[in-house]
Amino acid sequence: MLYMSPYVFSAIGIALAVGVSVLGAAWGIFITGSSLVGAAIKVPRITSKNLISIIFCEAVAIYGVIVAIILQTKLEPSPRGPDGRYTPQAMRAGYSLFASGLIVGLANLVCGLCVGIVGSSCALSDAQNSTLFVKILVIEIFGSALGLFGVIVGIILSSQAVFK
Amino acid sequence: MYGFESLTFNINDGFLEAVVRGYRSGLLTGADYHNLCQCETLDDIKLHLSGTDYGNFLENEPSPLRTTTIVEKCTEKLVSQYKYLRCQAMYPLSTFLDYITYGHMIDNIVLIVTGTLHERDTQELLDKCHPLGLFDSIATLAVAQNMRELYRLVLIDTPIAPYFADCITSDDLDDMNIEIMRNTLYKAYLEDFYKFCQRLGGATATIMCELLSFEADRHAINITINSIGTELTRDDRKRLYSHFGFLYPYGHEGLAVCTDFDEVRTAAEKYQPYHLIFSRLGYGENQLLDKVFYQEEAKRLSLSFEQQFHYAVFFAYVRLREQEIRNLMWISECVAQDQKSRIHDGIQIQTSNPILFAGGPEVRATRSDGPESGAQGGPTGQGARCDGPLTRAVRCDHRPEVRATRSDGPGTETRVQWTKEIREEDVGAKVQ
Repeated sequence: MLYMSPYVFSAIGIALAVGVSVLGAAWGIFITGSSLVGAAIKVPRITSKNLISIIFCEAVAIYGVIVAIILQTKLEPSPRGPDGRYTPQAMRAGYSLFASGLIVGLANLVCGLCVGIVGSSCALSDAQNSTLFVKILVIEIFGSALGLFGVIVGIILSSQAVFK
Repeated sequence: MYGFESLTFNINDGFLEAVVRGYRSGLLTGADYHNLCQCETLDDIKLHLSGTDYGNFLENEPSPLRTTTIVEKCTEKLVSQYKYLRCQAMYPLSTFLDYITYGHMIDNIVLIVTGTLHERDTQELLDKCHPLGLFDSIATLAVAQNMRELYRLVLIDTPIAPYFADCITSDDLDDMNIEIMRNTLYKAYLEDFYKFCQRLGGATATIMCELLSFEADRHAINITINSIGTELTRDDRKRLYSHFGFLYPYGHEGLAVCTDFDEVRTAAEKYQPYHLIFSRLGYGENQLLDKVFYQEEAKRLSLSFEQQFHYAVFFAYVRLREQEIRNLMWISECVAQDQKSRIHDGIQIQTSNPILFAGGPEVRATRSDGPESGAQGGPTGQGARCDGPLTRAVRCDHRPEVRATRSDGPGTETRVQWTKEIREEDVGAKVQ
């Protein structure tokens, strides 16, 4: 563990940040999208409003990309000691990038799922009764806040990562 | 795993579930039924229906309109919607949708076999079959002389072949055997469907198993009531009950020994859902049992729409639509025969969900009672059990709507199609 390069951890963290976030976003989009298309056959008016659900899911992917970019700007060459070990500071930086990526990835995964499932129900309810749309949208807004929490914590965690 | 189907359900079935929910929002509401009940002629009905989801489906029909045409076209619409769903469905939804039609297949088989027994024209019988239950080779049913032949020639290729395991004998087909065959098949079908739903698991299993249990129990109660006073023995009767349901197994013991309606009532009342049902009937009012069962069924079916990501909505939609068609049939018959006072006897309008969508109560009418189809005396037999002039051991009552008393004369031109009506009418009317 002492000899493991911090760059391994950072790289995995960055990969998780964008990869798992995009997984969550895509999952959410297909859950909402299939219900939306089906319901819109009978009630075409719901399509434009319900694209908001899709946009919320998409936002989740964007969070993941942003955090990945931020994380990767922290990477810089780090000096190694005579026995091949990295400085504790560099190790810490590596671990924090990993944790940050994991946090953002998982938070966005569940956020995307949440918004997607609620978005599907929203589309179906809106098709039956248009007054329900705004109320269910509020639920979605709370859901998408979850992804934002993950992003905030991830950024704070990684802000102190210094490899030198 | 119950609770996580929302993650993967929409991959294959999300689109179709949304489509079926769209169809369901097009079912006739209380206001529609109110308008329909005010109609004076069948053309008025056509006008009102064109304002609903049915649209201009009756546009090309020549006037004067007949009730059979209306019913035929409504059923056609249901069939086209079903086919749209079926052709886009993937496993396991495709198998599920197939299961919904097997009940109709059984009805059609019995219709053709009985009709052939009474020497009816095959083409005429085929026209009266329910379109959802058609399969290739259905016409060759007319050729068979006994059950073994029936199985060997035709049924072995159909999806319902496994249900015949219990009832292949070499006896000649006669009315009693056919009824027993029908009920045995239906029992096997229900059990098979139940097992299939259980295998699917999740919300589908929970909701469908409950709906099917209610269906099985209702079937058992109807068999019991109809076989009171016939030569069906207690053991035979017990063999026709399905091996699941709220009444299984102890309720079945009680039902098997019943000899009149009040005993049936006491046997069934011990179980909570039936207690409520029977408490709505006074003593001795066995005619209303059908109506109350239909009401209960409609309520349960509507409740299945409350949950998302399961298959029971498909089953519920088809059943609710069939009830609606029966209602329309009743209303059309009443209007055609100028018996508008009886309209409300046959249909029941109730609120569909306890949690209403904002915007007013949504009402879905429940079934219409057996169409009197063609009796000149107007809507007769409102759910009265048609014990008919024939000795029939057990009436197949999984579709208890087929029950108008046939006591007034031969059927007229307004025959109702593809219900067991035909059998009774064609067959029973002659005896009167």
